[in-house]
Amino acid sequence: KGSNEESAPSVSANSIKITDITQDGETLTFAITSQKSSSSAGVCVFRTYEDFDWLQQSLLSQEDVPGLLGVIFPPLPGKPLPSTSFTQAKALKQFGFLALGDEWKIYCKALELYLQQVAAHTTLSKSKALSSFFSSTESPGKHRGKKGIFKRLSHVMEEMRKEGHKDVDKFFQSERDSCTHLSVLFKVSTEKFLDTVLTKQKLAVACGHFSTSLHLVCNHDNPAAVTFSKICLKLSDIIEAVKVNFEKVSDNDVSSMGLALDLESRYQEAKKEMLFRRTCKLVELEAANRNSERAKPNKKAIMEGVQKATQKEFNLISSVAKKEIEQYHRARVSVLRDFLVSWCEKQLSTAQETSALFSQHLEACRGFVV
Amino acid sequence: MAASSERSPPPFPESEEQELEPDLEDEDSDEGADIFTGGMLSDVVMDPPLPTSASEPAKDIFSDAPADSFNDPLNKTSAEPEKTESTGLSKAQVVSLVDKAADDEDLFSDPLGESEDVSAEVHKASQNDVVSKADLFGDDDEEDLFKEPLGAVTKKPQVPLFTEEPNDIFTEAKAGSKAPSDLFTEETFTAPSAAAAAKPSVNTGSKTNGLHSDEEDLFAEATVELSLDSPHNDKRKREAAKPSVPASTLSSSASTSKPQPKTLEELEEEENEDKFDLNISVTNPEKVGDGMNAYMAYKVSTQTTLSMFRSKQFVVRRRFSDFLGLYEKLSEKHAQNGYIVPPPPEKSILGMTKVKVGKEDPSSAEFVERRRAALERYLQRVVCHPSLLQDPDVREFLEKEELPRAVGTQALSGAGFLKMINKATDAVSKMTIKMNESDVWFEEKLQEVESEDQQLRKLHAMVDSLVIHRKELSMNTAMFAKSVAMLGSSEDNTALSRALSQLAEVEDRIEQLHQDQASNDFFIFAELLADYIRLLGAVRACFDQRMKAWQRWQDAQNMLQKKRETEAKLLWANKPDKLQQAKDEIVEWEAKVSQYERDFERVSATVRKEVIRYEKEKTRDFKKQIIRYLESLLQSQQQLIKYWEAFLPEAKAIA
Repeated sequence: KGSNEESAPSVSANSIKITDITQDGETLTFAITSQKSSSSAGVCVFRTYEDFDWLQQSLLSQEDVPGLLGVIFPPLPGKPLPSTSFTQAKALKQFGFLALGDEWKIYCKALELYLQQVAAHTTLSKSKALSSFFSSTESPGKHRGKKGIFKRLSHVMEEMRKEGHKDVDKFFQSERDSCTHLSVLFKVSTEKFLDTVLTKQKLAVACGHFSTSLHLVCNHDNPAAVTFSKICLKLSDIIEAVKVNFEKVSDNDVSSMGLALDLESRYQEAKKEMLFRRTCKLVELEAANRNSERAKPNKKAIMEGVQKATQKEFNLISSVAKKEIEQYHRARVSVLRDFLVSWCEKQLSTAQETSALFSQHLEACRGFVV
Repeated sequence: MAASSERSPPPFPESEEQELEPDLEDEDSDEGADIFTGGMLSDVVMDPPLPTSASEPAKDIFSDAPADSFNDPLNKTSAEPEKTESTGLSKAQVVSLVDKAADDEDLFSDPLGESEDVSAEVHKASQNDVVSKADLFGDDDEEDLFKEPLGAVTKKPQVPLFTEEPNDIFTEAKAGSKAPSDLFTEETFTAPSAAAAAKPSVNTGSKTNGLHSDEEDLFAEATVELSLDSPHNDKRKREAAKPSVPASTLSSSASTSKPQPKTLEELEEEENEDKFDLNISVTNPEKVGDGMNAYMAYKVSTQTTLSMFRSKQFVVRRRFSDFLGLYEKLSEKHAQNGYIVPPPPEKSILGMTKVKVGKEDPSSAEFVERRRAALERYLQRVVCHPSLLQDPDVREFLEKEELPRAVGTQALSGAGFLKMINKATDAVSKMTIKMNESDVWFEEKLQEVESEDQQLRKLHAMVDSLVIHRKELSMNTAMFAKSVAMLGSSEDNTALSRALSQLAEVEDRIEQLHQDQASNDFFIFAELLADYIRLLGAVRACFDQRMKAWQRWQDAQNMLQKKRETEAKLLWANKPDKLQQAKDEIVEWEAKVSQYERDFERVSATVRKEVIRYEKEKTRDFKKQIIRYLESLLQSQQQLIKYWEAFLPEAKAIA
């Protein structure tokens, strides 16, 4: 492992694709292809969610990266539960948009984005874990055991009082405020948008029933009612077109705007966690400051040492965090832009298709001789 | 000639209207008869296009103009003996015209200044008639014949009128003449061309002071009468027409081009809608009174050129129970003869109570609108029925200022109404078992009706859920729009913030689209299906009536059988004193049996006709509504395209 540390060129983020997914009982296996930025040869590996989890844990627990606590880690989607015992309603509650789409398509897309973001990250892309994730033939997730620092931190996370701790830095104070605010807003928007998508899907189903029933109205025995039957069949076609339109629109919604909102709200969460980690460090630093002030002379030197080390660490974290935040802000705007544009274009083309189809139907309807 | 101008001053006083009305009708029907004997009535037509001096009061059109027209072209062109007769007729025509005009108080009570407009408009109106008719007949088979005149329409508007129409309208008239009553014949005459006149009148009327629609109708009538001429007067008329052409061209050159773009589409629509030239609208629902005694009153406006009505346009106020009352009267009279009497919307205690309590919530507004639309469709269905239209109660309902308060409509309310229908159908199904149907058609039809009823109910439930989902979608979209707007205002990145705000607006508009579509789903499909579910009840009821007639016939036959047995017994017992009485009874019952049999045959024939009519109407109705629905769908997609097209550059502008 150590030998290829230097030689391992980073994986080109854009080349990462999840090309296939297979389900074996409760386990989902993802086929991931990628290219090293130095070569054109593609590599394909098979990974389960445990491998992804291992990767995330490894990234979180890297020891040789200074200021790691200031990094905004790309958020890994939750563990998929493909079993039938997991109802649709529950899945929606837990995964939101990621539970939609056929055969985990959207979930795969989210995982793919996660890998791309990790690979594109200046610090994280250098990690050994990442390169082994993309190249190792065996499943890296099987031998896990490292309990990273973040397991401990998750305990601290529960201490919500630190959330409101006043910051010494105006920049971070305002970032923390806006992040809390935005992450709530994004969560709400995602939920609301999910509602509209679900309703569109319900409408598609309702249209399907309606269309089928219209077929039954046709009276084949009575030649006098032929025109009426034709009209009903036409209406059935029209309703079918409405149904298809709803399906397309909701697919567009899920695969662009839905995914974007989901990603963004998870990212806001990740940013919030990072800021919280920094806040914890700040609390630690302030404690050290107090300790060194109040320390008895015999312990003063040690306390001051601790205080200085903490101060240094905190400063480092803060500077990394600052860069990370700037980086994230740039990245998110471009990601959101891309999703918005593609969403808009998809909706536009769907509306145009549907409108053309309706025009055809309209013409045909007008042609009926009654 | 002189006599005509003397006699023509119109009977202005309103009090005379009543007395004149019957005359008018008689006269009209007489004309109808004359037409077929080849009488000449053309000259009235000369009025509208004549260059009547524009500054003269309007009544001069009628007193002077006809005289002129007779003097000029007719004297020159024809010296036959029938001339006098024809002028006499046309004079009568003029009088009748003026009679009709007298109903339009506006026209004659106008100050002088406005009459200038009127007569100018007259030219336009007649012009429009001509042109729109030209279009109308352009659709017909004689395309080649028509090509030339159509091209010449702008220059010589009279030409197509004379070359084409008489033939067409004449065939139309022939069709009409088959109808039993004179009154009805009259209707079929006026209907087609008056329908054509209706459109242009909208155009020109809206341009000026709104007064003209009446006059245009007036002249629409005039042109109709022209077109009733038998074809063999054609030549003479053409000659007669020519002198007036340049003048009319001059005065109407401004407006000639306007009505021309009347598209085929519009005419198509007209064909669908105005078979009878009778437009009824129910508008302005208004709460009258307070508390639990409050009720809704509606404005029922009628626009027609049918001569059976006193005027062309009238408005009455009716309350909901009046509509129910009308239904009761009609169904009492006509249902037993096997007619399908269109049922009104049910009473809704819940909906009405909300309105009475006076809560201004959207559901009660929707209730009121829904009921208004249902009442309108109900009335339209009633007047669309050729036999029901003739009913004096219908006319009274549409025309009479005050109706006696309808009582006993309680039975029609909600559950009671349904119960009634169900009872009827139960009775039918019981009787079907007993009745070994000789005519398979009825048996099959009844089955069809039953299954159709079930299917429609199913469809109705589906449309209902569709509407519910649409409403839900619109609500969700509104909430999403709101949260996106909040995102936009909290976003730090200026371009992104702007785009999000724009997106919120787009979503707001889309919400409106969903809402509109929900009400389209509802008002087009749900209501259409609800109407037809109700109508199917009426269809079943007419089968029921046929069954009753059959039952009566059978009972009479049984009775006759008994009487014959009695006679046989008496013969056997040799009781001649009672024999005569028995024989009389047999004769009596024989008459009854044949009477009831005829009744049954008559009801059967009516039912058959009515069911076929119902099916036709249904097909037409569905087609119309589906087109309407598609148009609404298409429109909302096109709106969507606009919204997204506008948003795309905003999204791309995010940097």
